[in-house]
Amino acid sequence: MVPPPHSAVRAATEWLSARARWHPLEILFWVGAFASIWLLPDKHLILTEIAWLALFALSLDLILGYAGIISLGHAAFFGVGSYVAALLAKHEIINEPVLAMLVAGGAAMALGFATSFLVLRGSDLTRLMVTLGIALLLRELANRYGWLTGGADGLQGVTMQPIFGMYRFDMFGHNGYVYSLVVLFILFLLARRLVNSPFGLSLMSVKGNPLRASAIGISVDARLVAIYSIAAFYAGVAGALLAQTTSFASLEVFSFDRSADLLLVLIIGGAGYLYGGLIGAIIFKVMQDYLSVLTPQYWPFWIGMVLMVIVLVGRDRITQWTTPIRKLAMRLDWRTPTAPGAAGEGR
Amino acid sequence: MPVVLETIGLTKRFTGLIATNDVSLRIEKGARHALIGPNGAGKTTLINLLTGVLRPSAGRILLDGEDIGDVPTHKRVGLGIVRTFQINQLFGDLTPLETIGLAVSERRGQGLDWWRIVGSRSDLVAESVEILERFRLTDVIAERTAVLPYGKQRLLEIAVAIACRPRVLLLDEPAAGVPEDERHEILAAVGDLPEDVTVLLIEHDMDIVFSFADRISVLVNGSLFVEGTPEDVARDPRVKAVYLGEEMVDA
Repeated sequence: MVPPPHSAVRAATEWLSARARWHPLEILFWVGAFASIWLLPDKHLILTEIAWLALFALSLDLILGYAGIISLGHAAFFGVGSYVAALLAKHEIINEPVLAMLVAGGAAMALGFATSFLVLRGSDLTRLMVTLGIALLLRELANRYGWLTGGADGLQGVTMQPIFGMYRFDMFGHNGYVYSLVVLFILFLLARRLVNSPFGLSLMSVKGNPLRASAIGISVDARLVAIYSIAAFYAGVAGALLAQTTSFASLEVFSFDRSADLLLVLIIGGAGYLYGGLIGAIIFKVMQDYLSVLTPQYWPFWIGMVLMVIVLVGRDRITQWTTPIRKLAMRLDWRTPTAPGAAGEGR
Repeated sequence: MPVVLETIGLTKRFTGLIATNDVSLRIEKGARHALIGPNGAGKTTLINLLTGVLRPSAGRILLDGEDIGDVPTHKRVGLGIVRTFQINQLFGDLTPLETIGLAVSERRGQGLDWWRIVGSRSDLVAESVEILERFRLTDVIAERTAVLPYGKQRLLEIAVAIACRPRVLLLDEPAAGVPEDERHEILAAVGDLPEDVTVLLIEHDMDIVFSFADRISVLVNGSLFVEGTPEDVARDPRVKAVYLGEEMVDA
């Protein structure tokens, strides 16, 4: 039935796997990220913030960029991860931070699974409202049960134990940054693997045309539930990183601003290619840092301005600005097949 | 020949409209069965009922004698009921190779595999390439589907369905909107479908129907009107009246 491999099959294998290959710019990106451990030691606090924000945005990218689920309440999972990690440490239930982080991610994932059924149905607008509602609800619950969460004062008196019992969270944030960066990198690798797998391809098909996806035997709902739960885990871990590196959790983790900023971060970086959230997080935090020094009170004004420029100019034209860079990248990539077709260009 | 797909008293009511009215249809194994009828006769509604996109108001659908009325759409595909669409429903951002590869991997139950890289199973790639070759799509294998010529997209519509290895293939106007000079490619593809695949063809074009079908059912206003061999149907004065009437309305 199946013919022996011939040149067409080899070429097809090449095209199919082209997207999954490491591009030199990607390697450069991560070498740069890890080099910052030694090159920017006095910036580790803000770099830590960038790392967890990047992970948080990566989580949103998984559902928005790959499965087409828009959310204005992603802070719900971030917040649950944050509080769980802080509570586990405060009450000395799980003292080892890595394990506590995984448990916090798991708790967020359970919430993601439970609420995924609410976002399956309906249009983008319904999804925006439902996700927003869930986050607001959780914020009020955290406020209401102050005996557990510390209420409006936040959860104080959290003491973090050393990572693996060896690396203490120091006050300069050095170990905290290395920890956050390593977690980000590992979860990024897993996400990268996932989006380039048959499962990832099926997500893109569900996003592209759910009608046809079900007509080739894909259970659209089950796939959306799966990716929504996985993304919730990522967001929960991001929240745990914040709680662990600051030894604090407050109601603000659930805030609407956080969900909205996250969408902004992903729009700045661009959805659907995994690096958008990472690059968006760097730009957003650096811009916020720079502007808040310049105008401590009015920096949100400039953030708003940048957002409008991005939306009005349009993502398409922004990617045109980067065309020279991408051409350079193409030339750098000695493995890009020159055969016809779009497979080598990525998308 | 044994009956593969059967409907008993299938009915679908929308508010103020009966789209499918008490349709009892028997499709034999390996048949080339055509379903014709004037616009609005309920042909596509019937396909939507058979594939589970719509739930019937009454009646039953049997596959090999088993009631599949409660089986959801994606599971019916696994049972072998696969359709194409009258208006292309493809993945614009994926290539034909990715589209076919996806259908093949889903059929093999590897759709939840999140660890392997797409294209790392050589037998899967080989099967996908073989299907693309059969539908003469090899020259556009790695192009974005959205930019393909319309005729190629129509071929891909059928190829995706074939990649699901259907037992019963429901073709919804495969040649709809295809320019005259590309039509023969679609017809050749439809004519070359594997013999063991049972085909239910919905078509407006009488030339296609009479050159392809060995059995024809005529649907009018949601009801089964006439059924028989092409000769019977061609000779039936009532069918002529329905089509003449439509032509006069169209004029």
